[in-house]
Amino acid sequence: MALEGEKKRWPAAAGLSAMTRRGALTRLGRLFLAAVAVGAALADYGRRGRALAATAIRPPGALPEPEFLAACVRCGLCVRDCPYDTLRLAEMGEPVPVGTPFFLARDIPCEMCEDIPCVKACPTGALDPALTDIKAADMGLAVFVGVDRCYSFNGVGACRACFIACPVKGEAITMELLVKDGRSVFLPTVHAESCTGCGKCEKDCITEEASIKVLPRRLAQTDTGLAGRHG
Amino acid sequence: MDKIVPAPFGKWLILRRLCQFGILALFLASPWLGVWLLKGNLASSLVLERLPLTDPFIALQSLAAGHDLAATAVLGALIVAGFYLLVGGRAYCAWVCPINPVTDAAAALRRAFGLRATWKLRRQTRYWIAAAVVVASAVTGTIAWEVINPITMLHRGLVFGMGAAWVVVLAIFLFDLFAAKHGWCGHLCPVGAFYGVLGSASLLRVSAVRRDACTHCGDCFHICPEPQVINPALYGGASGVSPVITDRDCINCGRCLDVCGEDVFQFTTRFGAGHAPSSKQKNERANQK
Ligand code: SF4
Ligand code: SF4
Ligand code: SF4
Ligand code: SF4
Ligand code: SF4
Repeated sequence: MALEGEKKRWPAAAGLSAMTRRGALTRLGRLFLAAVAVGAALADYGRRGRALAATAIRPPGALPEPEFLAACVRCGLCVRDCPYDTLRLAEMGEPVPVGTPFFLARDIPCEMCEDIPCVKACPTGALDPALTDIKAADMGLAVFVGVDRCYSFNGVGACRACFIACPVKGEAITMELLVKDGRSVFLPTVHAESCTGCGKCEKDCITEEASIKVLPRRLAQTDTGLAGRHG
Repeated sequence: MDKIVPAPFGKWLILRRLCQFGILALFLASPWLGVWLLKGNLASSLVLERLPLTDPFIALQSLAAGHDLAATAVLGALIVAGFYLLVGGRAYCAWVCPINPVTDAAAALRRAFGLRATWKLRRQTRYWIAAAVVVASAVTGTIAWEVINPITMLHRGLVFGMGAAWVVVLAIFLFDLFAAKHGWCGHLCPVGAFYGVLGSASLLRVSAVRRDACTHCGDCFHICPEPQVINPALYGGASGVSPVITDRDCINCGRCLDVCGEDVFQFTTRFGAGHAPSSKQKNERANQK
């Protein structure tokens, strides 16, 4: 309806004029098309929003990414209840769906709180309340990427920072003795079935670019059989 | 031909701004105070670490997307929905939504500078967009509107960190200022549309209780963001239409109360203050025509 007309119309009785009625059908059609266009654009944009940066790790208990985006209302209650300020909400422009919670292990890893306050805080179930044992969390998987720089693997020193950092050391990560070029070296070795993806190892790695990095499972472990053999 | 704009301030406008910014202030101050008066954001929050609140439109999209929403969020959405059933669905727009001050500012500038050029959008479009959003949620399995929702983007931005979200807010401001009068909130926003539908049967309403005193100055029409809602209540006396504004588009902002020199308008319940005009008044009105 013409906005400018509203002023002139005021003393007239309310109701549709014959003219607006005549246009009603074409108008409905146009509105319907507009609605479809809006829906399609949103659907497309939403799908692209699913592409999550490789370094962005979801909080413990997060549903698999597609379900997570159906569940998380982006309220930040998990962020607020994390005692270590690990989590934050993606800001617009970051390569994470806007407003959703994530963490960067190299900045602040997850400290694997026994009582998992982030999961308790979540009102929607986007962080699955079925997760009650933090050691069963599956935020991602640590992957050794330091063939060229890890001090343990170079044989420069027995650094073990990642091993020491790991809250489930001995299970999730072990230092495997190898003989490389006639020298004894240690390979930080992640065991996929025990690693929670907390990122403590990545955080504490002493090389400038971390030699061990947590990746979302979908990137780090696409084939369960092969990944298991790594350990 | 331009009317002199009535006093830009009034009791209800001041109360409304206090409410809007007060809510924001509670979210912002809580971490500093160390007392969680309000925690979270407008999508979902906790009052005093106890009472859960969830935006029912977001909850609806989550359900449409196929998520089995946890009990806390469902309870929160019911509480919020119940509240707006009492105070008027779009009271959310006038008293809570952080975009409202932005679009109000655009409207005020339009009035101040006499900007009249406007695209002719349909007031109905927002309802279609709201429906499209729910369908898009079901089809994509995501909470579709949250990808772009300027309301939660601005609010989340202010409470948690803005990023580039201000671009969206600026776009809405410029759109309302230069492209379409009351363009966003009055024609496009599906959140306002949802709350409007939610509040279709709401209790608290504005009523033109003293419509017989109306001098036809038009001040209320000029200030009202949804002027089409006033017409039947203010001028429907002759045809026996109740003075209560029952149109779901009314945002219960109270601006009409503020600007009316004759105190025609009042907040009432939808059942209250149904001053039917006497037959004498009816005749007078008929004669005026
Ligand atoms: S488990 Fe603890 S440290 Fe890790 S994200 Fe949750 S609250 Fe934060
Ligand atoms: S608490 Fe749950 S719904 Fe809220 S941001 Fe965190 S994961 Fe999403
Ligand atoms: S190996 Fe790394 S990511 Fe995995 S549990 Fe240990 S410290 Fe956490
Ligand atoms: S119409 Fe939408 S943006 Fe405008 S005040 Fe209402 S909810 Fe907020
Ligand atoms: S009728 Fe009055 S209360 Fe309703 S939207 Fe218009 S100015 Fe606000």
